[in-house]
Amino acid sequence: MARYYQPEIETMPYEQLRALQSERLVKQVQHVWDNSPQYRKKMEEKGVTPADIKGVDDLHKLPFVTKADLREGYPYAMLAKPLSECVRIHSTSGTTGKRVIAYYTQHDIDLWDDCCARAIVAAGGSNEDVCQVSYGYGLFTGGAGLNGGSHKVGCLTVPTSSGNTERQIMFLQDLKASIICCTPSYACYLGETMKEMGLTPDQIPLKAGIFGAEAWTEEMRHDIETTMGIKAYDIYGLTELSGPGVAFECESQAGMHINEDHFIAEIIDPDTGEVLPEGTQGELVFTSITKEAFPLLRYRTRDICTLTREPCSCGRTHVRMKKPRGRSDDMLIIRGVNVFPSQIETVLLNNGYQANYQIIVDRKNNNDTLDVEVEMVAEHFSDVIDEIVKMEHQLEAAIKAMLGIKADVHLVAPKSIARSEGKAVRVIDKRKLF
Amino acid sequence: MTVNQLSVFLENKPGQLAELTNIFSAHGISMRALSMADTRDYGIARIMVDNPFDALLLLKDKGWIAKLTPVLAVSMEDKAGALDQILNVLAKADVDLEYVYAFLTHKPGTACLVVRAADMDAADKALKAAGIATIPQDQLYKI
Repeated sequence: MARYYQPEIETMPYEQLRALQSERLVKQVQHVWDNSPQYRKKMEEKGVTPADIKGVDDLHKLPFVTKADLREGYPYAMLAKPLSECVRIHSTSGTTGKRVIAYYTQHDIDLWDDCCARAIVAAGGSNEDVCQVSYGYGLFTGGAGLNGGSHKVGCLTVPTSSGNTERQIMFLQDLKASIICCTPSYACYLGETMKEMGLTPDQIPLKAGIFGAEAWTEEMRHDIETTMGIKAYDIYGLTELSGPGVAFECESQAGMHINEDHFIAEIIDPDTGEVLPEGTQGELVFTSITKEAFPLLRYRTRDICTLTREPCSCGRTHVRMKKPRGRSDDMLIIRGVNVFPSQIETVLLNNGYQANYQIIVDRKNNNDTLDVEVEMVAEHFSDVIDEIVKMEHQLEAAIKAMLGIKADVHLVAPKSIARSEGKAVRVIDKRKLF
Repeated sequence: MTVNQLSVFLENKPGQLAELTNIFSAHGISMRALSMADTRDYGIARIMVDNPFDALLLLKDKGWIAKLTPVLAVSMEDKAGALDQILNVLAKADVDLEYVYAFLTHKPGTACLVVRAADMDAADKALKAAGIATIPQDQLYKI
């Protein structure tokens, strides 16, 4: 079984990789300058021309691109190819504002599929595998990306898309799918449903799962790996950069390798924009150096994480990113404190609860309130209300220890929190601040 | 001697209790007594059923959160002052009660008091010492 999908690139020595990045960056800057008036204007405002960018070392001279830039130019923001050369769009869910539309030429799709194929091979996939893609198909990039990658690897692809859980499980069993791709919250739900149907992990031939598109914790990985009897691999991406496959986990499961031949990663101080040294936590910024239709230079992801160039035991040379602590879009500011839903999830899982929860933020009498609804688990159930109140207080104390703010925890009946077939709805923010 | 009471965690929403009784009805499970405790977020049903083990397995299979809780089924006369006498015995022994509920039995003039105490042993001993009888599991459906 091959360990790499594109060995020469995935194990390319760093100096050579950096030279390749420089060469591609120079070409890319010229491309956007020539073909995107919005880019040219941004560069002119910063007093930069393509002549100033001679390689990766000059990257910091370029202006940042933010989500606001993409919204401003809607629906053709940052487009750098005529529509006659574009073959597809994908779009963000638009939950945090106006949708962002990403354009792809056939070449863009080809390279994106390569990135996803690398992820599948890194998770142990080959043409002998049956790969069930349970990410949503459509405007969302999850289904299309992994579908394309699975084709490239030569897996038998089962495009179930999301939803219809019992049919998903039927295909998993009948077609002996060995790899599943979906959101981690849906994987949890699938695991729960299998358990309810009386299926044990050895009755499901799955060996690996590729899970992404939302923040998840190590504890959740452990839960999925045990209930489904698989190895759970993380995959990272953004619609703005193509979709899943910007970075992926290898068998070491110790951070995700960024596909650096296509994307240059930087970590910056989110307040000052200053580039931070390797290993420092900050906001992740990407420059796509091979995309034609929708090339984003220095795109601020709002994801908070760290990068490392420590050698990886898998032999890949590409830089690894830690699992983001959370997208700053997911970050809530409650009573002035930054709160990531993933932190609350960690507390719940550490205390023996499952990742079935909902965070409700509201503002009463000019004060933020934080309520966390968590489903009761059989092991903790007591029929004495006092005891349940005690459990709620224990969780409140643990959340307070983690976040420094008080939450009201409510234990609720199993299945009373709506399950989602795509990204889980973890947060309901009822505050009307604008 | 304690008996097994079925305790079930319920969502606080219309139709939840009916969903539970539908299951009992479909499987011919007979209830002797039912007591509900509820909060804004959830309800707890405490139920005396004829076959608590089967009822528990049935509910667990269907994904409900339920368990068997040991309680004392205290034999009581159906007359003024009978409950007072029992509670006084427990109070004098400093027994902390978590919940109680009562039901009439088929034997005329008798009732049963269900007692859940923080310290079940202490409650059992205090009642025994006062000569108050508790009903064993196998007798519960015969009275």
